Amino acid sequence: MGLFKSIKTAWLAMTIFLLGAAAAQANQPEPWQLGFQEAASENMAMITDFNNFLLYIMTAVTLVVLGLMVYVMVRFNARANPEPSKTTHNTLVEVVWTVVPILILVVIAIPSFRLLYFQRDIPQAEMTVKAVGYQWYWGYEYPDHGDFAFDSLMLTDEERGDQPRLLATDTAMVVPVDTTVRVVVTAADVLHAFAMPAFGLKMDAVPGRLNETWFKAEQTGTYYGQCSELCGIRHAFMPIRIEVVSKEQFAAWVEEAQAEYAQIEQSDGMYANASVKIDATR
Amino acid sequence: MANQAAAHSDHHEDHPTGWRRYVYSTNHKDIGTMYLIFAIIAGVIGGAMSVVMRMELQSPGDGILGGNFHLYNVLVTGHGLIMIFFMVMPAMIGGFGNWFVPLMIGAPDMAFPRMNNISFWLLPVSFILLVISIFVEGPPGNDGVGGGWTIYPPLSTSGQPGPAMDYAILSMHVAGISSILGSINFITTIFNMRAPGMTMHKMPLFVWSVLVTVFLLLLSLPVFAGAITMLLTDRNFGTTFFDPAGGGDPILYQHLFWFFAHPEVYILILPGFGIVSHVVSTFSKKPVFGYLGMAYAMVAIGGVGFVVWAHHMYTAGLSVDTQAYFVAATMVIAVPTGVKIFSWIATMWGGSIEFKTPMLWALGFIFLFTLGGVTGVMLANAGVDRAYHDTYFVVAHFHYVLSLGAVFAIFAGWYYWFGKMFGYTYSEFIGKLHFWITFIGVNLIFFPQHFLGMAGMPRRYVDYPDAYAGWNYWSSIGSYIAAFGVLVFLFGVFHALARKQPAGDNPWGEGATTLEWTLSSPPPFHQFSDLPKIK
Repeated sequence: MGLFKSIKTAWLAMTIFLLGAAAAQANQPEPWQLGFQEAASENMAMITDFNNFLLYIMTAVTLVVLGLMVYVMVRFNARANPEPSKTTHNTLVEVVWTVVPILILVVIAIPSFRLLYFQRDIPQAEMTVKAVGYQWYWGYEYPDHGDFAFDSLMLTDEERGDQPRLLATDTAMVVPVDTTVRVVVTAADVLHAFAMPAFGLKMDAVPGRLNETWFKAEQTGTYYGQCSELCGIRHAFMPIRIEVVSKEQFAAWVEEAQAEYAQIEQSDGMYANASVKIDATR
Repeated sequence: MANQAAAHSDHHEDHPTGWRRYVYSTNHKDIGTMYLIFAIIAGVIGGAMSVVMRMELQSPGDGILGGNFHLYNVLVTGHGLIMIFFMVMPAMIGGFGNWFVPLMIGAPDMAFPRMNNISFWLLPVSFILLVISIFVEGPPGNDGVGGGWTIYPPLSTSGQPGPAMDYAILSMHVAGISSILGSINFITTIFNMRAPGMTMHKMPLFVWSVLVTVFLLLLSLPVFAGAITMLLTDRNFGTTFFDPAGGGDPILYQHLFWFFAHPEVYILILPGFGIVSHVVSTFSKKPVFGYLGMAYAMVAIGGVGFVVWAHHMYTAGLSVDTQAYFVAATMVIAVPTGVKIFSWIATMWGGSIEFKTPMLWALGFIFLFTLGGVTGVMLANAGVDRAYHDTYFVVAHFHYVLSLGAVFAIFAGWYYWFGKMFGYTYSEFIGKLHFWITFIGVNLIFFPQHFLGMAGMPRRYVDYPDAYAGWNYWSSIGSYIAAFGVLVFLFGVFHALARKQPAGDNPWGEGATTLEWTLSSPPPFHQFSDLPKIK
C-alpha cells in the first residue's frame, strides 16, 4: 500500500512537472521560423554547426555567381559593349573553375564524414526503446524495462488541451535525460519514418527490418516530431512526442507504466504483435 | 523507270492534310509540335493540381479538399508523375528534341519516322491510363493512387489493393516504352544522320544534351520497368519481391527505383542545359565558351548520375560506409555542374548581351539552378540530410532545379524557337511579362519552403502544425501568381498566332549560328533534300 501510494505521489508530481515542462520548454516549430529547431542533443548541435558552415559556403558560392552575372549584365550588355569578343577558350580559368570547386568539396567532405560516422557509430546504449510505425500511429516498446508496450495516438482538438494541434498525442515515448537511448525503428504495415527534429533524428520504419538509431537528450522537456515517410491517408496525423524526464522521474514512470500496460499481451515476434494491433484498429 | 522515279519522288514529297497529317504523321516537325501541345495540356493539368494543393495548404486545418486526405495524396502523386513524364520530358525531348535535333545536324528527318509516330501516340494512351487511375479504387474506399511518384511498397502493394495502382503502373510502362523507342530513334539519328562534315565535336550542344539524355533513358528505363513489373506481380500474382513476409525487401524497390529515377531527374534537366547554351550564346553574340568542356560536362553528369542513386535513401537504414560512398559520389556532380554554370557566364563575358525574352529565361535559369544546386550539395551530406530528409527543404531544392530550372529552360527554348517553329513573332512585352510574373511567383512559392523544411515540416502533408502557417500562406500566394503567369503565357501564344507577324528566317541575327536558322520560318515540310556541308 505504501509502495502504491508513493508511486501515486510520484506520478502526480511528474504529471505536474511534465505539464510545467511542456509549457516552459517544448521543442516544436515556431511561427515564421527560419532555421532548425533548437538542438537538444549533441548530434543535432553538430548538425546545426555543420549546416551553418554549409550555409556560409553555399551563400558565398551563390553570391559569387550572382555577382558575376550582374557584372556581366552591366558591363557586357549590348549598349555598354557593342562589339562582342570572340574568346572561346582560356585554359587557366577552366582549370581554376574545376579545381576550386573540388577544393571546396574536400573542405565540406571532411566535417561531413566526421558527422556521419558520429551519427552511425552507435555508442553503448544504456536502454532501448522500440518504435513501431502503424497506419496511423506509433507504438513504443521498452524491452529493457519489463518489455511493456503501448500505443501513441494523435489527440483531436477537443482532447489535446494545451498541446499543439497535430502534434498532440495521448501517450509519449518517455526517456531519461543524459542517457544514451537506442531506438529500434520498424513498421508493421507500410513504410513510416521516425523523426525528431530537435535530436537530429530520422530513421525510416521498414516492415521486416529493424533500423537502429540513437540519441542522448541533454535537457528535460517535451519534444515533438512527425512521421516522415508517406504512409497513406492519415500520414500527417501520426505525430511523435518524446518526454525527456529526470532519471528519478523515469524510474517512477517505468513502474507506473509496467502496471498500466502489463495487461497488454506480449508476444515474441514482431509480426504476431503487429497483427494483433492491426486487427484491433480495423 | 522514269515513272518509278516520279512515283518515288511523289511519295517523298507527300504532304498529308487534315487529321491524317497528325495521326499518321511521320514528320519530325509535326510530331514535335504535337509533343509540345501535349506538354502544354499536361502542364496545365499538372499545374492546376499543384494550385489545388497550395489552396489546401494556404491555411492550417481542412481547406478546399474538405478533409479528403487521400485526394491530397492523389494530387501529390498526379502532379509529380504528370510534370515529369507528361510535361517536362515531352516538351524537352519529344518537342524540342524532335524539332531541332534533325535541323541542327542537317538531317531531313529522324532515322525511324514511323517509330517516332508510335513514340508520340503511346503518350496520350499512357496519360489516359493515369487519368483512369484517379477514378478507380486505390486504398479501400478511396479512389486514385496516393503513393507519391515514388510509389514505394508496401504502400503501393498491400497498402493500396485497388486497381488504381495497376493502372498507374501500366501507364508508366507505356510511357517507358514510348521513351525507349524515342531514345533509340534519337541515338540512331544522331550517330548516323549528321550532315557531311558535322563531326561529334562540331555538334551543337543541344544535340549533345539530347544524346546524353536519351542514353540515360535507354539505360535507366528498363530498370524502372523491371521494378514496377515486380510491383505488379507482387500485387496480382503472389510474388514477394518487396514483401518481407516472403523473403523480399521493400528497400530493394527503393534501390531499383532510384537507379532509374536519379538519372531521370538529370534527363529532365540535361536538354535544358543544351537549350540554355544556345540562348546564352545567341544573345551574347559569342560562341559558347569551352564547347568541349560543356559537352563532356554533360557526359560526366550523365555518367556520375548513375552511381549516386542511394542519396535519396540516407534514412532508409543503409550502412554507414554505403552512405559515405554516396555522399562522396554525389558531391562529385557539383564539379561538372559548376563547369557549366561558369562556362555560361564566360560565354556572356565580353559579349554584347541583348535581353530578349529567351535570354531572360536563360539568365533566370542560371541563377535559380545555381540556387537549387547549392542546396543539392547541402543535401548530399548524409549527416545533415538527417534533418532535411523528407521535409519541405527537399521540396524546395528539387523545385528550384526543376520548376525553376527545367521549366525556365523550356520557356527559354519556347521563346527562342517560337518564330522558327510557327513562323510568327511573339510579343516581347507579353514574353517579358510572362517571365517576371513567373519569376516572382515561383520564387515566392519555393523560397519560403526552405524555411519550412528547416523548421521540420515534412513533405506530402495535407495539414500541418499551426506554426508553419505563415510561410505556407506566402507559398500559396506565390502559387496563384505563378498560375496567373501561365495564363499570360497562353495568352501570349494565342496573341502571336493571331497577330501573324512573320518572324523571318533568323530573327536573332549574327549570334544564331546553328543550322535551323539557315532555313525558312517555319521550315519547309521536308528540309535538307540537299545535305548542307559543314566546314
